[in-house]
Amino acid sequence: MNTASENPVSVAASDVAAVEVRNASVMYQTADTPVHALSNVDLHIGEGEFVSLIGPSGCGKTTLLRVIADLEHISAGEVLVNGVSPHDARMARAYGYVFQAPALFPWRNVLANVTLPLQIQGKGRADAKRIAMAHLEQVGLKGFEGKYPWQLSGGMQQRVSIARALSFEPKILMMDEPFGALDEITRDRLNEQLQQLWQRERRTVVFVTHSIAEAVYLSTKIVVMSPRPGRIVKVIDSTLPDERHLGLRDTPEFVALAHEVREALADGHH
Amino acid sequence: MATTRTLWQRAVHDWLPVVVVLMAVVIAWYVAAWALNAPGAIERVLDEEAGYTQRELFDATMSMERPLMPAPHQVALDFYESLTEWPVDSPRNLIYHVIVTGQSTLLGFVLGTALGLLLSVLIVHSRTLDKALLPWIVASQTVPVLAIAPIVLVVLGSLGFSGTAPKAFIAMYLCFFPVTVAMVQGLRSPQKIETEMMHTYAASRWQSLWLLRLPAALPFLFPALRVGVAAGLVGAMVAELPTGAQAGLGARLLTGSYYGQTTQIWSALVMSALLGLALTGIVAGVERLVLRSRGAK
Amino acid sequence: MNETAAIETVAGATGVAPWFWPGMLLLALVAGYSVYRMAAVNGSRWVGMATAALFGVWVVVFWEILVRALDVPRVLLPAPSLVIGSLFDHAPKLWGDFVQTVLKAVLIGWALGCGLGFAVAVAIDRMPFLQRGLLPVASLTSAIPLVGVAPIAVMWFGFEWPSKAAVVVLMTFFPMLVSTLAGLQAAGKLERELMYSYAASYPRTLLALRLPAALPFIFGALKVNATLALIGAIVAEFFGSPTSGLGFRISTEAARMNMPLVWGAIVVAAVTGSVAYALLVALERRAAFWHPSVREG
Repeated sequence: MNTASENPVSVAASDVAAVEVRNASVMYQTADTPVHALSNVDLHIGEGEFVSLIGPSGCGKTTLLRVIADLEHISAGEVLVNGVSPHDARMARAYGYVFQAPALFPWRNVLANVTLPLQIQGKGRADAKRIAMAHLEQVGLKGFEGKYPWQLSGGMQQRVSIARALSFEPKILMMDEPFGALDEITRDRLNEQLQQLWQRERRTVVFVTHSIAEAVYLSTKIVVMSPRPGRIVKVIDSTLPDERHLGLRDTPEFVALAHEVREALADGHH
Repeated sequence: MATTRTLWQRAVHDWLPVVVVLMAVVIAWYVAAWALNAPGAIERVLDEEAGYTQRELFDATMSMERPLMPAPHQVALDFYESLTEWPVDSPRNLIYHVIVTGQSTLLGFVLGTALGLLLSVLIVHSRTLDKALLPWIVASQTVPVLAIAPIVLVVLGSLGFSGTAPKAFIAMYLCFFPVTVAMVQGLRSPQKIETEMMHTYAASRWQSLWLLRLPAALPFLFPALRVGVAAGLVGAMVAELPTGAQAGLGARLLTGSYYGQTTQIWSALVMSALLGLALTGIVAGVERLVLRSRGAK
Repeated sequence: MNETAAIETVAGATGVAPWFWPGMLLLALVAGYSVYRMAAVNGSRWVGMATAALFGVWVVVFWEILVRALDVPRVLLPAPSLVIGSLFDHAPKLWGDFVQTVLKAVLIGWALGCGLGFAVAVAIDRMPFLQRGLLPVASLTSAIPLVGVAPIAVMWFGFEWPSKAAVVVLMTFFPMLVSTLAGLQAAGKLERELMYSYAASYPRTLLALRLPAALPFIFGALKVNATLALIGAIVAEFFGSPTSGLGFRISTEAARMNMPLVWGAIVVAAVTGSVAYALLVALERRAAFWHPSVREG
């Protein structure tokens, strides 16, 4: 039930806030001391941006992603997704989530997995099938609809997961280290495919990663975070052109950007 | 986002629901006793013409001589009386029957476990036995082996064996099957890298068995032992039925049903439940000791 | 049949030709060698089963020969041919027993017990308090000889099959409850968060994710319960059954020393158990085809 009224602002340029985080904090009570997973975080993500969250373990990048996705709650501050609370955004099916593992249902074949969210949203079977096939083609898996998850490689499973996340055309795509478990060669190929996908659709993407190269290659904006307490150290706007190919990674601009990210990460460590 | 609890909070968290459930069971028991005994009470105890209050009806259902369903306190009283008012070697005392049944169960359990351990080691080391015998043992788990009990009793009886021996025999083969299957699984559980490591040490088969396979099989053994001892108890009780029901908890159940002594039946049932819990509790206790001494989690 | 005569006959082993025992020894060597060679053959699953089948055939052959040659009284051990013969002779009687025990008591009791166990588990899925209370109690009942309630069931439901079905319901309810509860927790954290991110309702999540993920556990319980149901019904009949039923047949004919018929009834029970289990395995293969344990098996 996608209600258009959920997103009151018009389709303008990247000034439109897809995600607005104001002074957000997430705190856990443990046995000895409270843990500040996130501490006074401010972030503005415009529509159509590809934003990477990068940082060492414990910096709160996954927590921030999960807060935006309504999988965790903030202890203080405010988070708005498309102008409404994360809960309302989730109810309006405003975002698709891709986890670190494919999380495909093994009793459903590839096609049935991709139609899962469409089924839940009440789409008719023929419609759902058509949409799912289109998205499978987009991630390059045409012809695999009848296969079962265990018959596919890790990279292919993750591609199915991405197709599933996009199948219901969410406004925002959240990805939590989706390629972390894959080998580097597959990872490069998937990075390229994701980049091209984003090129075509210009969806808002929030992407958590450990890899500097991945963050620089994919994003329009890189958010460097650091731990204890989890906070944003630096927000770097990418100077790279929108159209990217893998060869870009050897250009001086890329290296300079990666260097900037690396410095920010090192800074955050103190 | 886990909150830590004090020991007291954890105890309440874990045990309060169990207590509540058990109390609910007792209350339901009282209600059922009242409902089931009411027709009999009205018919046999109360005076229909003089009339009776609900309270009188309730009291009557709670204290009938041969109730359709004895109330909890009736069972508890009978249980207590049986234990305290008679000497331990009297058939009126439930302990006497516990000893009879428990004896057969434990003997059968020990023998069955030993046999199962031995056979499982042989199966793991002999390809012939593994392919010829193991499928039959596994298949026997789907078959009601307890049904053979009457035959065993008749055959052993005509060969001159009576008393504890045939009952222990039945308990033995009921324990034997789960132990064998579980031990075979357990002895085979070490992963390839572990067995290959033993190979690089030029360890003999016996060393490999003692140092790697047997310890690895322990976590598989104990659940099977729990199943085995419970099955052995059922076997011992069932074995007491055909031989004219002389002694033991199974016999007591049968005589109770013959003479309509419902409270006796319930007491025997409670006692056999306690015996079953005690036996599996002992096995679980041994398991905890053994696994702790290995530094398991 | 005279008891002492039976003992003497077995002890004596008189009346065989001088070449008998050397001949048997030779045959045993041949049998052993053939099984050994069969076991060494590598092949598909069917080839593997051939070894067990061959072993079984040899056991039957030796059984037949030894029983006939040594003139073992039928009281002790009837020859396989006699058993098969009695199956055909008493087919109508055994069929009636089968209907009474299996088709009525076992099937209905199993379906009801499993159904109730499943329903209660789903009902308390969102009540962790009740889960914490019922789960320990339900697990403990596996240590208790629940067949002991048979006399009480007879008192309440009469001698016919409903009382046996009641015992079966009690025995199958708890394993199903425990397994279903475990199965409902089996869906992974990521998969559950995925459904959460779709704002899927509780019933939708249950149907699309948690119940399919629970299927392997549910089938495990269904299989275990099939055996429990058969044992429960047969043993419950040992406690009293009017005129028909497999348990009744076994206990009464054993008391009459009519061994071929007893073995015939046991064969019926054994075949029923194996076939039921095989059917459930086939069903599981269709429903839980995706689970690693089923894929590899």
